[in-house]
Amino acid sequence: MYKWIHQFGSPKYFYDVSFRVSFWCGVVCVIFLLAGLYGGLVLAPADYQQGDSFRIIYIHVPSAWMSMFVYMVMAVSGGISLIWRIKVNEVIARSAAPLGASFTFLALATGSLWGKPMWGAWWVWDARLTSELILLFLYLGYMALVSAFEDRRTGARAGAILALVGVVNIPIIHYSVEWWNTLHQGPTVTKFSSPSIHTSMLIPLLLMWIGFMCYFFSVLMIRARAEILEYEANASWVRDLVNQSAKRRSI
Amino acid sequence: MTLTLRKKRILMVSGIVLGIGIAATLILTAFEKNLLYFYSPTQVRDGEAPQSRAFRVGGLVVDGSVQRDPESLRVSFDLTDTANTVSVQYDGILPDLFREGQGIVANGKLDDNGVFQAAQVLAKHDENYMPPEVADALNSANAAEMFKNSGHAGP
Repeated sequence: MYKWIHQFGSPKYFYDVSFRVSFWCGVVCVIFLLAGLYGGLVLAPADYQQGDSFRIIYIHVPSAWMSMFVYMVMAVSGGISLIWRIKVNEVIARSAAPLGASFTFLALATGSLWGKPMWGAWWVWDARLTSELILLFLYLGYMALVSAFEDRRTGARAGAILALVGVVNIPIIHYSVEWWNTLHQGPTVTKFSSPSIHTSMLIPLLLMWIGFMCYFFSVLMIRARAEILEYEANASWVRDLVNQSAKRRSI
Repeated sequence: MTLTLRKKRILMVSGIVLGIGIAATLILTAFEKNLLYFYSPTQVRDGEAPQSRAFRVGGLVVDGSVQRDPESLRVSFDLTDTANTVSVQYDGILPDLFREGQGIVANGKLDDNGVFQAAQVLAKHDENYMPPEVADALNSANAAEMFKNSGHAGP
């Protein structure tokens, strides 16, 4: 196990393995997203109160879950890079940020589209919506901070500290609907008692969630591979790689 | 005692997370009241809600209390948290999910008669999702249960 972790910390090994991870996650992602969309938009019945409008949860809920999950990936990876100075972790943290920001934006935008007809307002300043908006600003702040440094490694370190500071927002987002009176409803799936959603509606939601997860890992790996080549531009294995592909092209 | 560089960094990282966590907890506890999105009818009756400025009140629309003015958009209804009730008057378009028994949040002011004059009415959706047939089945099961418990011999 320890050896495996060490191997994964080597940029060259990571570059080799990440291609396969990206490819297979991409394949699984397409299968699950298609199945989830078909199940959610065609097979699942309409809701007893909201009719067909409820179907936006198949995008909204996985996006919101991912927005928090990606932040944890970014913060944990940043924490590891602060302590052990592993390049691969720095790369993962900074590659995850734009993806997390996109998921957060998607969750906010789809929630807003649903909120107008159902609640009667595009936006309200309740605890859930506000803390999710703060999450978006944390992502954007992280991206701006990391890219403000000439030196990649200094930037990654500064970003990791910001990411760790922002971790406090994650439990606030999750529990906001339980701690305070909010307009946003309480948790449907992520609670200790059984989910308050009918099985026929829950299954497509879980399929979509797996699809979103695989999408994230697939694209994260693609981004991280590009990033790691820039990090290691002067390393011998990158030069070999470039020379090889140049040779192949000249033949 | 000397610490290795790595141990120092571990301490620093856990220090950041812990320190910010404690600070956030303190701040959120201090501002607890301001983070409430709405007051309940009981809080309104107990005078916890602001008297002179606008605030929000949330609760369930009491069955049979909705009265619409046929000439205009004016509507009045009662809001309850099952313990206390607040009367609400509103002039405007109600959201799709507004119905009797549904949770809603109204934004406005109390007038001198203790009637809440709403400037905005929002529907609060609950966390339950089910197909209409299941909802019907649940309702008739509940009705049968209540009927049984009420001790009637028959219809």
